[in-house]
Amino acid sequence: MIHRFKANGIKIVVDVNSGAVHVIDDLVWDLLPYGPDFDHDKIQIDLSGKYGKEQITEALSELESLAREGILFSKWEDEIPMMKGEPVIKAMCLHAAHDCNLRCSYCFASTGDFNGARGLLDFETGKKALDFLVANSGKRKNLEVDFFGGEPLLNFETVKRLVYYGRELEPKHNKKFKFTVTTNGLNLNDEMIDFINKEFVNVVISLDGRPEVHDRMRKTVNGSGSYGIIEPKTKDLTDKRKQQNYYVRGTFTRHNLDFDKDVLYLADLGYKQISIEPVVAPENMDYAIKEVDLEEVYASYDRLMKAYIQRRKEGQDFNFFHFSIDLSQGPCAAKRVTGCGAGNEYIAVTPSGDIYPCHQFVGEDSQLMGNVLDGTFDREKQLVFRKTNVFTKDKCSSCWAKFYCSGGCHANAYHYSGDINLPYELGCEMEKKRLECALAIKAIEQLEIY
Amino acid sequence: MKHIKTLHKGNLKKGIKEGGCGECQASCQSACKTSCTVANQSCEK
Ligand code: SF4
Ligand code: SF4
Repeated sequence: MIHRFKANGIKIVVDVNSGAVHVIDDLVWDLLPYGPDFDHDKIQIDLSGKYGKEQITEALSELESLAREGILFSKWEDEIPMMKGEPVIKAMCLHAAHDCNLRCSYCFASTGDFNGARGLLDFETGKKALDFLVANSGKRKNLEVDFFGGEPLLNFETVKRLVYYGRELEPKHNKKFKFTVTTNGLNLNDEMIDFINKEFVNVVISLDGRPEVHDRMRKTVNGSGSYGIIEPKTKDLTDKRKQQNYYVRGTFTRHNLDFDKDVLYLADLGYKQISIEPVVAPENMDYAIKEVDLEEVYASYDRLMKAYIQRRKEGQDFNFFHFSIDLSQGPCAAKRVTGCGAGNEYIAVTPSGDIYPCHQFVGEDSQLMGNVLDGTFDREKQLVFRKTNVFTKDKCSSCWAKFYCSGGCHANAYHYSGDINLPYELGCEMEKKRLECALAIKAIEQLEIY
Repeated sequence: MKHIKTLHKGNLKKGIKEGGCGECQASCQSACKTSCTVANQSCEK
């Protein structure tokens, strides 16, 4: 399978099964649809008005040599690579608070309570969650724990105690906790900033971009905008981290389909690690992105790509999460086939100790997997997630992006279709667009064809 | 080559036989919390 596309004035072909990426000229672009078994005579007749005979012969021989090398029109071996060994859990989203001090209109957690009771995680339950992780992590040394909510900093004292508790567990069990936090930033104070910057390997702070865009959706409990409070604290925290190992993470909706302006606004403020993502929302919401919006979304990604390339060329580097792609040191075949580890190696734990496949499944009764307080855990459900991969999803197996996207988000799929094996189509379209941009940026920067 | 510049030869065949070691990032959790693009992660080996 191949995929050819144009972006930012260049033409690219991806050989899906090998992962090879080639930049091609107009002639090769025209030749590709004739492959993989090129009929030279027919091609010479078809294209004679456009290109010279020798040129065509030359390009065809280049194409055929790539195919022989296994980097064009390559086949996928029958085998499906999988993760080795017994299933282990190595990452946890620990919901420190099912409560929030903001009332964001698009919150997938129903403004923090996930449609359940508002409440904070208590220390004992948190300890049990970390114990559970250690006990189920097999030989994995590095364990990822993200404090999430609601707003986790509403429960800062417990978060702090749990981090110290984790540090106590490390030498006893030969583990290393990599703590992170996802926060709305509203409550941040100097003590928290210092603690976070000392203990947390990554921080995600929600900031949507332009003040009016942010304030439209991210309101305080009394209904006023939160940008003015949050942005200065975010800047302070990220500057103290030397603009590394964090993300300002925004959401774009139907109300700001020109989100490229939000990304650049944040870059202009000096933020270096930026992630702006499409909203995850039920179709009937006025802010939900609809199919008719796709052209506008693509145009925004295109503008962003141009600006991104330009700025990086001029030394004004910043990193846009979804435009970064690692072609050479990227994950192995098994990871690319299996994708997200939700429900298998990653779980979410709520303040009441309930276990779900991931933070976006919390509150879905049918997805409950167990509880850390009584140690129950549904191994069969874990196997269902473990066995899900790009080849169990029909749409993915015929999709050119499968080894980059790796089957997408199980939660989005589930919320959209009720089945983790049926991906969320709008999400797929946007994902493919972002990947094309990312590949084009790589090509332009690496080959210096500005 | 005159008509084609290869940017990357691909490494997807890496690890098909042996399977994954599983030390890499598990999910979207430490970056965006809403989607998992595996291609922008790195191999821990
Ligand atoms: S873009 Fe969609 S269809 Fe393609 S691999 Fe990702 S989830 Fe599957
Ligand atoms: S299922 Fe989706 S939201 Fe959940 S961890 Fe995976 S990519 Fe993230």
